[in-house]
Amino acid sequence: MVKDLSINLGGLHLKNPVIPASGTFGFGLELAPDMDLNVLGGISLKGTTRDARYGNPTPRIAECRSGMINSVGLQNPGIDALINQKVPALRKIYNGCIIANISGFSVDEYRECCEKADASSGIDLIEVNVSCPNVHGGGLAFGTSAHAAAEVTAAVKAVATHKPVFIKLSPNVTDIVEIARACEDAGADGLTLVNTFLGMRIDIARRRPVLANTMGGFSGAAVFPIALRMVYQVSHACRIPVMGCGGVTSARDVVEMMMAGATAVQVGAENLRNPFVCPEIIEALPSLMEELRIDNLKDIIGTV
Amino acid sequence: MDKKTYTITRNQLVARDTYELVLEGDGCIKGEFVHLDIPGYYLRRPFSLCDSSENSITLLYKTVGEGTRKLSTLTGGTEVSVLTGLGRGFNPDACQAKALLVAGGLGAAPLYYLARELKAQGKEVTAILGFNKKDEIVLQKEYEVLCDHVAIATLDGSVGTKGFVTDAISALKPPYDFFYTCGPMVMMKAVCSALEGPGEASLEERMGCGAGFCYGCSIETLRGPRRVCMDGPVFKKEDIQW
Repeated sequence: MVKDLSINLGGLHLKNPVIPASGTFGFGLELAPDMDLNVLGGISLKGTTRDARYGNPTPRIAECRSGMINSVGLQNPGIDALINQKVPALRKIYNGCIIANISGFSVDEYRECCEKADASSGIDLIEVNVSCPNVHGGGLAFGTSAHAAAEVTAAVKAVATHKPVFIKLSPNVTDIVEIARACEDAGADGLTLVNTFLGMRIDIARRRPVLANTMGGFSGAAVFPIALRMVYQVSHACRIPVMGCGGVTSARDVVEMMMAGATAVQVGAENLRNPFVCPEIIEALPSLMEELRIDNLKDIIGTV
Repeated sequence: MDKKTYTITRNQLVARDTYELVLEGDGCIKGEFVHLDIPGYYLRRPFSLCDSSENSITLLYKTVGEGTRKLSTLTGGTEVSVLTGLGRGFNPDACQAKALLVAGGLGAAPLYYLARELKAQGKEVTAILGFNKKDEIVLQKEYEVLCDHVAIATLDGSVGTKGFVTDAISALKPPYDFFYTCGPMVMMKAVCSALEGPGEASLEERMGCGAGFCYGCSIETLRGPRRVCMDGPVFKKEDIQW
């Protein structure tokens, strides 16, 4: 029997649930010469802010056992360049779900970027990264406070009226369920979890941090069980769909994330080790489904 | 970019802490560097191409950390996963007739790859190779066979000119219309400020994906931010912000 990999994500039809995560696949265009992007269920574009940003000084990457830390610092060309250049260029060659990932350092910045993304015909879904520091609120990340996360959600939902808005949550919190519920109550159409875990490495010969920025976001295979646990907790506490993200490296991980409650599954750091991992996972899914006696992949969502 | 499997046929110490790695597989590859998966280490490691044949590629590397030390223990017959076709390399066409190659340490490896192309184009090539000490010297014979003029500089004076590559250049005053340099950043900065006329330098930065989509290796240039892995690693002298 032909296996059905398709899913419904916030009202959008995706041919499969596999999506390269924001920041690990550029703007999609970088990889277009190397693979058929159209096998991908969706692409979450690199995080974008109102104005162009150069990001952090290098080194921006630190290796770890079974993972890596990045402190790229949201290098991006700004929302106008995303909408006027990156998205139209990708739309020409890609017929799947294009996800704009929006970051901001104030509620106003989130609102302005999401309003523009909502008006862009090439964008299908808006993902809001609330892991950025709130420069007007003492520098704490929006996503570490239920109140601030809800405030951002309400602000962007007020202006993004055409497209589903998913809030991408930070795992660096005491109770992710509380924050997920606050976003749901504030009108979020879905959630992506999780972003990277705050981490650090030290160069013991030089006696200083490896990263120029001292700390960064830890991701990679090592975080999979923690991300899975958070997806499980949140998807059982909320009614809105969840995109699972964190340490996914294989078709088996995708199935596990979906059984935990994820409607779609993002692949992040593994793209940096193997740029072809997403097409490889999609190719491997039908035989794994056969092995597990699954005909429709969507049937397993949240079954555990 | 392609992901290919190669088989190690040689992994030999050729100078102090320096290994020559010969990989059997597709030798007809494009790009300036390859991204090699070292078993047990999370991120791939970038290595410039030094030499190639129809069915092999040759890389030189130094054991500078855990990953490269592990690499040095891999024996013949071991299969490794390699991303090929990465990076924008030196432009041999930028040289009209006389090229000057200035290498520091293992910078001699990618410049050897370039020297082959320049000689294939019939150009006159002078190579200045700088090392700390005699026991670090690599590729001297290969350069002497291939190039028109070769000079060595060592910091301790154990071989050739005592001092930096810039001292050897001052002594030799080689003719050139275009220069190419690869080595430590401080050395390339000194070369680019000492040498008149147009040239290119191959920059180094800690990389993530190696293929331009993670933005881990971005640098500021005088033309704006650029990714060392995809927009470089070779940049024009006039664009580099030291």
